[in-house]
Amino acid sequence: MKKENTAPSENNKTTYSLNDDRRVKVLSPGALVAKRFFRNRLAVTGLVVLIAMFAFAFIGGMVSPYKQDQKFYRVDQQSKAYAGVVRNEEWRYTVADKDKFTGIVQAQAFLAITKNETAFSYDGVDYQLQKLADDFYAVHTGGQLIGIASKELVNSSTSNDKLSFEFTYDALLAKAQKGDSFVSEGKTYTVDEDGVVYDGTGAEVAYVSEYVVRAVMGDVFLTRRFKNELIDTLEAGRTDFVFTDDDGATAEYVLTYNAGTKSWDVMKETDTTVFDTYASPTKAHWLGTDRNGMDMLTRLMYGGRVSLIIGFIVVFIESLIGVIMGGISGYFGGWVDNLIMRIVDIFYCIPSMPVIIILGAAMDAANVESSLRMLYLMLILGFFGWAGVARLVRGQILSLREQEFMTATEACGISVRRRIFKHLIPNVIPQLIVTMTMGLGTTIILEATLSFLGLGVRFPFASWGNIINDVNNVFVLTHYWNIWIPAGVLLLMTVLAFNIVGDGLRDAFDPKMKR
Amino acid sequence: MRKYIIKRLLISVVILFFVAFIIYALMRCLPTSYVENMARQKSMQPGSKSFEEWMEQLTAAYNMDKGIILGFFGWMGNILKGNFGDSWRWTVPVVEKFHDTVWLSFVMGAISFALEILIAIPLGIVAATKQYSKADYTISVIALAGISLPTFFFASLLKLVFSVKLGWFDLYGLVGRSYDQLDFMGQLLDKAHHLVLPIITLVVVSMGSLMRYTRTNMLEVLNADYIRTARAKGLPEKKVIYHHAFRNTLIPLVTIIGGSLPGLFSGALITETLYSIPGIGFTSYESMVAGDIPFSMFYLVFSAILTLLGNLLADILYAVVDPRVRIA
Repeated sequence: MKKENTAPSENNKTTYSLNDDRRVKVLSPGALVAKRFFRNRLAVTGLVVLIAMFAFAFIGGMVSPYKQDQKFYRVDQQSKAYAGVVRNEEWRYTVADKDKFTGIVQAQAFLAITKNETAFSYDGVDYQLQKLADDFYAVHTGGQLIGIASKELVNSSTSNDKLSFEFTYDALLAKAQKGDSFVSEGKTYTVDEDGVVYDGTGAEVAYVSEYVVRAVMGDVFLTRRFKNELIDTLEAGRTDFVFTDDDGATAEYVLTYNAGTKSWDVMKETDTTVFDTYASPTKAHWLGTDRNGMDMLTRLMYGGRVSLIIGFIVVFIESLIGVIMGGISGYFGGWVDNLIMRIVDIFYCIPSMPVIIILGAAMDAANVESSLRMLYLMLILGFFGWAGVARLVRGQILSLREQEFMTATEACGISVRRRIFKHLIPNVIPQLIVTMTMGLGTTIILEATLSFLGLGVRFPFASWGNIINDVNNVFVLTHYWNIWIPAGVLLLMTVLAFNIVGDGLRDAFDPKMKR
Repeated sequence: MRKYIIKRLLISVVILFFVAFIIYALMRCLPTSYVENMARQKSMQPGSKSFEEWMEQLTAAYNMDKGIILGFFGWMGNILKGNFGDSWRWTVPVVEKFHDTVWLSFVMGAISFALEILIAIPLGIVAATKQYSKADYTISVIALAGISLPTFFFASLLKLVFSVKLGWFDLYGLVGRSYDQLDFMGQLLDKAHHLVLPIITLVVVSMGSLMRYTRTNMLEVLNADYIRTARAKGLPEKKVIYHHAFRNTLIPLVTIIGGSLPGLFSGALITETLYSIPGIGFTSYESMVAGDIPFSMFYLVFSAILTLLGNLLADILYAVVDPRVRIA
């Protein structure tokens, strides 16, 4: 290589004579390349960006206080449907004899009540209506009480169980006739003006009310006290109340009127622990959290690590196969060259993107585990990418083979292996490094695209591509820019930096360049 | 020349044979989820045969009961007879679906390719003629940024700005909501309107490499001896660049442009998928993900043919455009 003359310094002038070789500063070819590279400001900027990116991805992950799949939670007030209230304005039928007081008879009874009749017949059977109070009728047939129709209901105060017909009838009758006490099924009960039924010991057993209160969940028993509070709120026209149950748990309840079903829905405001998804940037999470409640910044760091590692390994595989195949092909020529070049042609011709998509979909179908999937992805990408490298290496070697220095190595009797690896390959390396650097950028984009489509790196591993994948959800696209824009910018910057550095290297390796 | 073309065509056919075989083998190694799904669905129907029987019948119907090699020759025999089979995903003949989708992709590709040429070549020439100027740096960085820009990220940004914030375009699809009520002209405009963002995406993402290619070649030509001669004999700079230099730059440019013409038919897989444009790219993406072997096979072999055709075209054009090149 050429030597560069540098201006002799003061000391040198005195020590060495004018034609002393030591006055000439000799730079190795590598140092020359480095010198040319560092004179290119754009390339240096690219290098700095790359170093920053590596620091971010590899050191950042260690510095970050969070782990890549650490989930965060927040306490959220959630409204859960708790109960429903209907003010009863319909006739409710309580059946004593299931076979006789059928649905159709109930309908006939309803018609008779609205027409103010005291008897009706249906299907050849006569029924008598006995008015016991304003909204309370008993239906008899053949002297037997088969059921009652009323607008008020009797509910048990202690459980969700249905009360017996006799008890219901007696309690309604007692309330209607303002009778203080009544006897039902051999026990004595008292009923007060509000319709509360007490047993002999003074304990509340049931109550009569025109409101129907149901719990949404079957296993929840609504206490009498809660229902009272609820109905008081309802009658006062308020829409919310606070209730402390017997266990001392206080909760807020909100009532909303549902015009469609003419009922009130009671929502219980409860504190629920949920994943802290899509949180806005805060001091604890500089870029907020993602859809799984994981710290975005940490995910970005680990994602960068995955993207960069995949890029490097894929490019390494590509180059390894490419250099071996291209080297053999270029050096030996003849039928070996022909064969290998046809293989290269075939690989060049296979539409790699569709094939990789198909393989990704196949891995989906086979439920390949995430870490194994990453390995396969690298192998596949490497396997379909080596043809370009092989072509480049072969072309270089073909032209180098004819040069004088190769004839010289042959004349010196250097072994074939040494000739290839000591004399040919080193001369291919500059071109190779440039291609590899540019290839890194391309590979990272390819991996990101696959991950974006959901066919590359999978959860729980992060990659810049699968972080941006979230924009498929239009709500994220429009509202949570903090989720996908940083990942995209990092991706763009990394690939751009690789390309700029590759460009700079190409210029630096080329001795014909002016600078 | 003719001999060369015939030789190349023959080699291409051999390559194509192997490519098709590799693709076929790959497709056959996939878990045959589609056939299994279909067999399961059919066996669910009341009074139907059992799952195993359906499976047997379907694999036989799709030539999948034979080994890979026999199956491949069966498939190839059908292809040579012009029978490309029925798409599983779209339940129509493959050729019909292909015919329905390919022209949209071609129009989209052609428009963006034309725009790409119109933007990239002049900018590349400007960058080369003013090497190391501010304009050169700007253009180089833009070109590199275009190459480095991940399609999906750029498309998402465009959607955010133009569809969500400004509301100028729809997020997805080729036609708007009121498409059916429009007259012919309106329908055409509606489609054009929906193609704006995809075309911008395609142009920006792909023009970088053409720009750099133009710049590199122009620089090479500008360093040639005949340019020095032209300058030495006192020709105006304009004439030197646009008459002497540009014409020589055109040689590699025409070659590369001609070579990429067949590729216009293969569609833009990623861009079409991102915007849900029902071109050949998006359709085959859907088919591939669904495990639709007949359509995917067709598309893959079709793309392979286009690649081979492109290479051949580039080589022939090279000889045609540059009289110094003689091919044996």
